[in-house]
Amino acid sequence: MKVAEKDVLYVADLANLELSPDERPRMVRDLNSILDYIDRLNQLDTSDVAAMAQTSDRFGVDQSKRGSERFAYASRDDIHNGLRESLPRDEALANAPESDGNFFQVPKVIER
Amino acid sequence: MDLNTLTIDAVRCAIAEGKTTATRLAESFYAKIEKEDQAIGAYLTISKDRAMAKAAQIDAMAAKGEKLQPLGGVPVGIKDVMVTRGVRTTAGSKVLKNFVPPYDCTAVARMEAAGAVVLGKMNCDEFAMGSSNENSAYKPVHNPRDLTRVPGGSSGGSAAAVASGMAVVTLGSDTGGSIRQPASFCGVVGLMPTYGRVSRYGLIAFASSLDHIGPLAKTVKDAAIVLGTIAGRDPMDSTSADLPVPDYVAELEKPVRSLKLGVAKEYFGEGLDREVRAAIEFAIQKLATLGCEIVPVSLPHTEYAIPTYYLVATAEASSNLARYDGVRYGHRAQSVRSLSDMYERTRDQGFGAEVKRRIMLGTYALSAGYYDAYYLKAQRVRTLLTRDFEEAFKMVDAIVTPTSPTAAFKLGEKTGNPLAMYLADIYTVTADLVGVPGISIPCGETREKLPIGLQILGRHFDEATILRLAHAYEQARKN
Repeated sequence: MKVAEKDVLYVADLANLELSPDERPRMVRDLNSILDYIDRLNQLDTSDVAAMAQTSDRFGVDQSKRGSERFAYASRDDIHNGLRESLPRDEALANAPESDGNFFQVPKVIER
Repeated sequence: MDLNTLTIDAVRCAIAEGKTTATRLAESFYAKIEKEDQAIGAYLTISKDRAMAKAAQIDAMAAKGEKLQPLGGVPVGIKDVMVTRGVRTTAGSKVLKNFVPPYDCTAVARMEAAGAVVLGKMNCDEFAMGSSNENSAYKPVHNPRDLTRVPGGSSGGSAAAVASGMAVVTLGSDTGGSIRQPASFCGVVGLMPTYGRVSRYGLIAFASSLDHIGPLAKTVKDAAIVLGTIAGRDPMDSTSADLPVPDYVAELEKPVRSLKLGVAKEYFGEGLDREVRAAIEFAIQKLATLGCEIVPVSLPHTEYAIPTYYLVATAEASSNLARYDGVRYGHRAQSVRSLSDMYERTRDQGFGAEVKRRIMLGTYALSAGYYDAYYLKAQRVRTLLTRDFEEAFKMVDAIVTPTSPTAAFKLGEKTGNPLAMYLADIYTVTADLVGVPGISIPCGETREKLPIGLQILGRHFDEATILRLAHAYEQARKN
């Protein structure tokens, strides 16, 4: 078994998930079954293989350029041409679960 | 007018010739949805005000004798992972139950600018995570061909609506097969363009290095028309490629004679259903009779695609879904003790089991001590998968495979076993990891009358060739 219940609780904490006591055994079981399957990647020797985060890392438009300059994402048109207008405040707050009309409201962050 | 067989050109002709109006057409689609969608469950939200306003605008233009736009008056559906200004967008999740976006997804805006009438938002697996549409927090979608079976996923609503004539075309999204696999299960055409071909601005992020938007349609030509409409650089998405967009419809008519088609043995191994294999082999023969040269190729790392995918996709998802914290929009848990309690309970209440499982797996794969063994390892194998395709595409112009190892399975058949569900994507995930375009087209039926899909994969940014092959095959199959 790769992960035990205590590992599941640790990872749930990292992910800000509160797993109910009934959800935990199923999560332990499912993660172990998936991780066992994933183990087959260790059949491959990848010590000399570069990691790939994006397909466009390899398929840039301009092959003569290096690194990020090869890609469209090297430039942010909205910033180059001056800052884009942001959403009006009322629209930005329209979906807020709690707001005072100026800010998003949340429970007290700092406990005394 | 038979809504079940209506194509984009047929709609435009009928409106231009005065046989119908965009308004009457939208009304007949809504009547059909009212009557038939109860049993299928393809729609999550109807956007009638927006649709009727657009239809009226199209009719006013037509009345003035103006030329109809490429999608003028065409009723379409949008997968509910693309945001629509003023129209509720849920991503199939309870966490976004009442979310009304303040802006439009670029692909949707481009569809409407080309004259499309957006009927509503299509059901899907929660945050596009699933292969059967059973992970929708609202309701499952039933396959129109057999209501006891799944439509595939995650764009199950988008595929079912096209298959049952409740939209002429729809937009879906594909991160591991979510356009092509449901297209295959429902007997329609589904196209995943090259990574970067279509802007993802306004697509609710699942796995950013894998997410694609593309069309589901009844014909290859309709898919080509929609791709031409939504493709191209968008300043709002820095990953969208600054490349010219070909006239895909004109490309369809070019000959396929002497194109080289790769067949990879790795896509015909254990787990492939006998009837599916026979249909695919028959389709390959058909392509050969059209003058294509069939060339055996090898994609040796194929068996590592699913484990690689479920590390890369979940790692990215765990990061992307961190934003659902109950602060700025979406669900917020009530009667909480503290801010962190609010985060945890909001997410526990808002997310379904599969989404939690993927967040957990992704967080684990990125966590201290496991990053190298899992996430980095998967990124390295992703390079190997990419090299497989680079080598193959030195020899061939396209690769043909089954879209899915089986036809549509029964509702509930795989819900208890996440790994079995993941394996439903075994022939589709690699294209997402490698970023090449892929199309699924109907190529036959099982004895139980369930559709089978043929997948054609192409070189980066060469949608034109796979569309051309798919079109030639579709026409040949008709005759």
